[in-house]
Amino acid sequence: MKARSAAFPYLIWMGLFIIIPLGLIAFYAFTDKNAAFTLENILSVGNYGGVLFKSIYLAAISTVICLIIGYPLAYALSRLPEHMQNFCLMLVMLPMWINFLLRTYAWMTILEDNGLINSLLVSLGLPKINLIDTQGAVVLGMVYNYLPFMITPLYSVLTKVGPSLTEAAQDLGASPLHVFLRVIFPLSMPGVTSGVTMVFVPAVSTFIISKMLGGSDNLLIGDIIDMKFLGNSYNPYLGSAISLMLMVVVLICMGLMNQFDDGDKEGMLV
Amino acid sequence: MNQNPIVSLRNIQVAFDGEPILKGIDLDICDKEFVTLLGPSGCGKTTTLRIIGGFVTPDSGDLFFDGKKINNLPPYKRNVNTVFQRYALFPHMNVADNVAFGLKIQKESPTKIRTQVRDMLELVGLKGFEHRRVTNLSGGQQQRVAIARALVNHPRVLLLDEPLGALDLKLRKDMQLELKKIQRETGITFVYVTHDQEEALTMSDRVVVMNDGVIQQIGTPQDIYNEPVNAFVADFIGESNIVDGIMYEDYDVEFAGAEFVCVDKGFQREEQVKVVIRPEDIEVVPVDDGKISGVVENVIFKGVHYEMQVNACGQTWIIHSTRQKPVGSVIGMNIAPDNIHIMHRAQDASAEPLGEEEVRL
Ligand SMILES: Nc1ncnc2c1ncn2[C@@H]1O[C@H](COP(=O)(O)OP(=O)(O)OP(=O)(O)O)[C@@H](O)[C@H]1O
Ligand SMILES: [Mg+2]
Repeated sequence: MKARSAAFPYLIWMGLFIIIPLGLIAFYAFTDKNAAFTLENILSVGNYGGVLFKSIYLAAISTVICLIIGYPLAYALSRLPEHMQNFCLMLVMLPMWINFLLRTYAWMTILEDNGLINSLLVSLGLPKINLIDTQGAVVLGMVYNYLPFMITPLYSVLTKVGPSLTEAAQDLGASPLHVFLRVIFPLSMPGVTSGVTMVFVPAVSTFIISKMLGGSDNLLIGDIIDMKFLGNSYNPYLGSAISLMLMVVVLICMGLMNQFDDGDKEGMLV
Repeated sequence: MNQNPIVSLRNIQVAFDGEPILKGIDLDICDKEFVTLLGPSGCGKTTTLRIIGGFVTPDSGDLFFDGKKINNLPPYKRNVNTVFQRYALFPHMNVADNVAFGLKIQKESPTKIRTQVRDMLELVGLKGFEHRRVTNLSGGQQQRVAIARALVNHPRVLLLDEPLGALDLKLRKDMQLELKKIQRETGITFVYVTHDQEEALTMSDRVVVMNDGVIQQIGTPQDIYNEPVNAFVADFIGESNIVDGIMYEDYDVEFAGAEFVCVDKGFQREEQVKVVIRPEDIEVVPVDDGKISGVVENVIFKGVHYEMQVNACGQTWIIHSTRQKPVGSVIGMNIAPDNIHIMHRAQDASAEPLGEEEVRL
């Protein structure tokens, strides 16, 4: 009884801010201006298939890069002397204390045709390179913004893989590489899964970053949704339908991810 | 057991955070020997094992394995396996995979691995537990998995850090016999840590008594029990009555207001000494026949014997006897010459706090 009453405010919160908005989105997605049922919105999501695919593709690349950069960082962090750990973790989180728009503007001024990098190249007598308005710039922006979301869950799992297990593995003849492959990495899988989720989900629905760093050629599905609700091509019905589809895509990706994770637990050991 | 040292520690010193933990450990462990490190909590037993295992590098001193200095050889290159005090089982593997870990690293064939793992689990009494998750096992079961996981690799030296601590008395006795049998049959050198003195005495070829980072005595269980070199050892190995005495001349000692014949010699005339008498070595006799007389203050039934606290000459004595005397009765006490153990007082320096008190429980 007690537990239920304690959960009550949370249930209200969930109802108000999660269930009702979701219901509204679903409602909008299947209705037209006159609130009549229609499948037209859902069907015309197909027109945005290319953008949707590109969003998934860039989000996937960003996620992989975050994992590749984030894992060693998180590992190093977890092996620091304890008093250093909190300080360094704070350094990792520090950029997030600055508004992400500002951070992205900063990247614009670095990557622009007349930005920091190109000015430097010119002053060295080298040719300019086109950095802004590319997919690479979008990926860079995503990795920069979402890397902490990868590092934190990995770090917290890795700190729990105590030295005693590493020692036990070494004791049984495992070289440092084997210790990593057979003990540390399998035990950090929950961190990998949640890190990947926490990067991929916001990355796949990214907007603004893509508009600012990727230009009009690299708009992502998030930007399209943004435009449908706030932009010139105002159409909340279509916007809702795209959101709904995006949600389905994310759910499918997460489902696959968990499948992979479960299968792994036994598989890693052979 | 033969006499070739397989592991030698030479003046090993270790400090953690500036605090000396091992203060010059010298120890030779012979091939096929069962050596037990015995001592109170925090005396450095685990640290000594970790030196041999390669997890702690000594600040000074040398470690030899088969005559080769291995101070800096990483643990995975040492032919040594460890049963860790806190088990350190791999939580993401089932019982069989835990036990198979070392064999898989050695790239043994799957069939060999399977049979060895099965045999080993049977040996530690966990037959049929292959596919259980280690996280669901009881402490005692986890401990036996840890034993199996180390033993299955047939190392030259096996380090066991209180490997039976989590087992109930009956299972512990069984496993003691089992481990001793395995050790004898396989010829693996065992370095065994315990703070259970009875376990140390029953299982070991030699016992190393440690206190506060210093080895107090090395010897066979009989040596340690019968000829403790100082009050600390005497007190730690079973209960003892430790009293002040004076050695008049060879074979003649006075304590508790009476003169006794003893078997010790080589002391100075009238030297102040400590006298150690085991509780079971005091004979209870009628008052008139006893050299010492005292009043029974307390009697506890201990199963095999009664433990009596007897006040004599202003001290409390502990006596183990199969017959009890009622509380308040006056009894006589006699001690046979070879049950009187004389120690120099100077040797007590390292165990001063214990030596101070006349009799310890
Ligand atoms: N890594 C470490 N850092 C700091 N101090 C340590 C470390 N390892 C051990 N010590 C200290 O060294 C001393 C000896 O520890 P050790 O684990 O060797 O004792 P032990 O004899 O095995 O005790 P127990 O019977 O309780 O297991 C203890 O005071 C302990 O606090
Ligand atoms: Mg210990």
